[in-house]
Amino acid sequence: MDRATALISGLLFGAGVTVSGMVNPLKVQNFLDLVGAWDPTLLLVMGGGLAVTLVGYAFVLQKPKPLFAREFDLPSTSLIDARLIGGSVIFGIGWGMTGLCPGPAIASLSFGQLPSFVFVATMAAGMLAIRFLTRAKKSPVDG
Amino acid sequence: MTTLVTAFTPLSGLLGGLLIGLSAVVLMAGLGRIGGISGIVGALVGGAWLEGRGWRLLFVAGLLAGSAIVVLLGGFDPSTMTYSGDLSRIALGGLLVGTGTAMAAGCTSGHGICGLSRLSPRSLVATPIFMAMAIITVFITRYTSGG
Repeated sequence: MDRATALISGLLFGAGVTVSGMVNPLKVQNFLDLVGAWDPTLLLVMGGGLAVTLVGYAFVLQKPKPLFAREFDLPSTSLIDARLIGGSVIFGIGWGMTGLCPGPAIASLSFGQLPSFVFVATMAAGMLAIRFLTRAKKSPVDG
Repeated sequence: MTTLVTAFTPLSGLLGGLLIGLSAVVLMAGLGRIGGISGIVGALVGGAWLEGRGWRLLFVAGLLAGSAIVVLLGGFDPSTMTYSGDLSRIALGGLLVGTGTAMAAGCTSGHGICGLSRLSPRSLVATPIFMAMAIITVFITRYTSGG
């Protein structure tokens, strides 16, 4: 059941980013472009997602443990450091440049289009580089 | 310069948001995990393929399948995909997204949805920063000669 849960969660996420059009970089960039022909769709995607998680997490996290695992694996740190801020700045620049972030980029691989593969390849390289550089230190993981 | 217009699609946007939220709740209820894509993919890149009975691989397989199913049902037309710039810009952007999300330990889903809904202080700081930087970057690339 733990494996089925992971698969179902992935299916829901992939369906969500695709049906909302968030896989299309142009649609995301048109949300980020406040002075052009603004497309507010992303606001509803985020609002819908937050509404469900706010209620759903509050309900689920009252339980002593998850259904198919020993314990809830939640980030324990609340450290606001240069790494968090710098990482967010760098991520934001890359997201704005391309209109792609990790979830939609991976989902869009299913379309078999070259730019998505190039993006995911260099994204993976960036993730690997940071993991390699910080291997010695234990770094926080929020998700 | 002129940019292509995309239609405001509130209903499919809301439906997609609800599905993404449900995905995160299912993962938390079942496995006690945060549904952050950069965290899941980052761990896979780091070699954690079979850790936890391979749940991350199954999640990513579902992610691809879910996207393909929506296309088969007519919920999205992949021919409308419009990438920004040439492959070198895509490659640089991917590198920045991978580096930045690994440093910040989260992306749009991990900080923006899962973290904000838990009122995580780190996510409350990270989300406005990457949103603002993305807005500034789109402005620069679209409306100044710097792009």
